[in-house]
Amino acid sequence: MAAQNFLEAIREGLREEMARDAAVYVLGEDVALGGPFGATKGLAEEFGASRVLNTPISEGAVMGMATGAAALGLRPVVEVMYIDFITLAMDQLVNHAAKLHYMSGGQIRVPLTIRVQGGAVGASGAHHSQSLEAWFLHVPGLKVVAPSNPADAKGLLKSAIRDDNPVLFIEHRDLYWSRGDVPQTVVPLGVAAVRRAGADATVVAFSRMVGAALEAAETLSASGVSIEVIDLRSLCPLDLDTIVGSVRKTGRLVIAHEAVEIGGAGAEIAARVQEAAFDYLDAPVTRVAAPFTPVPASPALEKLFVPGRDRIASAVRRLLGRDAE
Amino acid sequence: MLPDLPQAELIELFRVMLTMRRFEEALILATKSGVSVGHFHVYIGQECTGAPALSLLRPDDTIFTTHRNHGHVLARGADPGRVLAEIMGRATGYNSGKGGTLHITARELGVLPTSAVVGGVVPLATGAAFAAKQKGSDAVCVCLFGDGVLEEGAFYEAINLASLWTLPVIYLCENNSEGAIAGGFPGSTIAARSLTDLPAAFRIPARAVDGADAGEVHGVVKEAIRRARAGEGPSFIEARTVRWPGSRPLWPDLLTGETDLSCAWDAARIPESHGDWHRSQDGLLRFTREILQAGRVTTGEILALDEAVRSRMQQAVRFAVDSPYPAPETAFDGVFAQ
Repeated sequence: MAAQNFLEAIREGLREEMARDAAVYVLGEDVALGGPFGATKGLAEEFGASRVLNTPISEGAVMGMATGAAALGLRPVVEVMYIDFITLAMDQLVNHAAKLHYMSGGQIRVPLTIRVQGGAVGASGAHHSQSLEAWFLHVPGLKVVAPSNPADAKGLLKSAIRDDNPVLFIEHRDLYWSRGDVPQTVVPLGVAAVRRAGADATVVAFSRMVGAALEAAETLSASGVSIEVIDLRSLCPLDLDTIVGSVRKTGRLVIAHEAVEIGGAGAEIAARVQEAAFDYLDAPVTRVAAPFTPVPASPALEKLFVPGRDRIASAVRRLLGRDAE
Repeated sequence: MLPDLPQAELIELFRVMLTMRRFEEALILATKSGVSVGHFHVYIGQECTGAPALSLLRPDDTIFTTHRNHGHVLARGADPGRVLAEIMGRATGYNSGKGGTLHITARELGVLPTSAVVGGVVPLATGAAFAAKQKGSDAVCVCLFGDGVLEEGAFYEAINLASLWTLPVIYLCENNSEGAIAGGFPGSTIAARSLTDLPAAFRIPARAVDGADAGEVHGVVKEAIRRARAGEGPSFIEARTVRWPGSRPLWPDLLTGETDLSCAWDAARIPESHGDWHRSQDGLLRFTREILQAGRVTTGEILALDEAVRSRMQQAVRFAVDSPYPAPETAFDGVFAQ
C-alpha cells in the first residue's frame, strides 16, 4: 500500500472515478491546469479537455450549470477554489441543488460533488481561511463531508461522487501535504471512525481538528488521562450512534472544530447528544472552537484563532476537574 | 401573422393557446369559489409566445421555466388535471404536492425544475444544454424567464458560459414589464435601453420580437433552435408582450372577464372597460382574428374547439379538487435521493 499525501489521494480518487464512469466531469477555475494546489493536475491530459473544464470566475453560474447538468444525468465534480467564495454560489447550491429532488417529488436527482478547501492557515486572511460547514448542515438535501487524512480523502470522495445527492466535500488546506497509507477502499458517508479508544472522555472532531485531538490524547495520556477520539468524517449524515455509544462509556464530551463556536456544528452535536444521552453525562458538553471573530491575517493572531492540542487538552482536564495539572 | 404551418398543426397550436388561457381562467374561478391555493402567477396574455415557441421542440428537448410556468408546462403536453392538482397541493400533482405552482416539474415531458428565484433557471438551463452537448445529442434546452432576470448577475455569468462553450440553449425572455404597459421597453429598473444589447455583448445573437405575434415568434425561435441543433451555440430572444391587467393585483383576478372569443369577429361584443386589451393587446384574440381572416377556420369551428377545451378544463378542475392531499408522512420523504 502506497503512502500518499492528501492532494495525491484526491487526485487518485478523481482519476479512478472518471475512469470508472464517463458521466463524471471536473469543472472549476483553472482545473485543467491542476488548480491552485495541483489537486486536478494531469486529469485534463488523461481525460481530455471536454471532461476537465476550466470555467470563468463565476461560482454561481458554475454551480447552477453543474446542477442542471447533474439533473440531466451527468456527475459533475465542481471545484470552488476557496470555501469562502461559495457565498457567490449560495442560491444555486441552497435553493436549487439541495431542493430539486424534494421539490420535484423525487423526479430529479442531483448527483453533484462540490470540492472546496478552507481553514485558517498561512496567514491568508478572512477571505481565504473560513470553516463554513455549519451553514450547509442547516440545509435539508445537502450532505457535508470533511475528511481528516489521505485515506478518507480518497475513500469519501469516491462515495461522494457515486452519491445521487449534492455533497459538499470540505478539504483542509493544512492537510494537503500530510501523508498516509491510502488503501483501495470506498469509505461510506455517515460512518464515523474511532481513531483512539479511551475511557475518561470523548473528543469528537473532524478535518484538521482530528490531528489536534490525537495530539491532545498523547499529552493527556502522560498524566494518566485516557480519551476516546472520534473522527466524524461526515457531518451530514451524522453518525450519532457512534458518538452516543462513546459518551455512554466515558460520560464526558468535548467537541472540537475550527469554525467559530457560535452557531457551529458543535452546537448541533451537543444538543443531540444531551437529548440522547443526558443520563450518561457527568459534566456539561464542552466545545473547543474558534472565537467569534473573522479570521485575522497576522500569524500572531491567526494562531490564537485556531484551536489546537492545548485547548482540547485543557477542556478535557476541566471536565475531569483536573484543571490544575 | 400566422406561422407558416400545415392546417392540422395550426389548429393544434390554436388548441394549445386556448388550453393555456382556459386553464388559468378555470384556476382563477376555482380560487374565487373557495379552493385554497397559494399565491400564483398567470401566463395569460403570453400564449402567442409560449405556444409557438415550445411547439417546435422534440420530446428529448428540455425546458426550464419560472414562477410564471403554467402555460409552458401545458404546451409541453402536461395533463391539465395533474398540473391543477399540483397547484392545489394534491397527491396526484406532478410533484406529488411538494412543489406547488412555483415548482412544477414533469421530467418525462422535459419540464425540468421550475425556479421561483429570479434568474435561478438561467444557469440550470445552461447546464442542461451542457449535458446534452456532452452526451453527443442534438437536443436543445429552452430557458424561459421574464425581463427581471436581466437585473440578476446569474444571467450574465451563465450566458457567458453558454457563449464560451457554444451550448445549445435558447434564452427566451418574455418581457411583460410594467414598462410595456407604459408603451416603453425595457422596464424602469434596468439602465440598458435595449435588452438585446446585453447578450450581444457576449456574442450571442439577440432578437426582439412582438410576443403577441405567433408567426414572428415561431420564425425566430425556429431559427434559434436550428442554430442550437447545428452546434452554432446559444441565442437570445426578447418577446415583448403586454401584461394582462388581471395579473396586476397581488392575487390574479379576471378583470377582463372570461375571454369572449367572439370579440375577435364581432366588435360590438368588446366591452368598454379594457377595450385596448380586447382590440389589440390580447394575443389570443389577435391569433383568432388572423386564423379567421386567413380562412383557415370558421367561427363555428372556433367555438366548437373552445367548447371542447373548456369542457376539458372543467374535468381537470374536478379531478384536482377531488384528489386527496398527500399523506402526512410523505412530508418527511425524499429529502435525499436513495
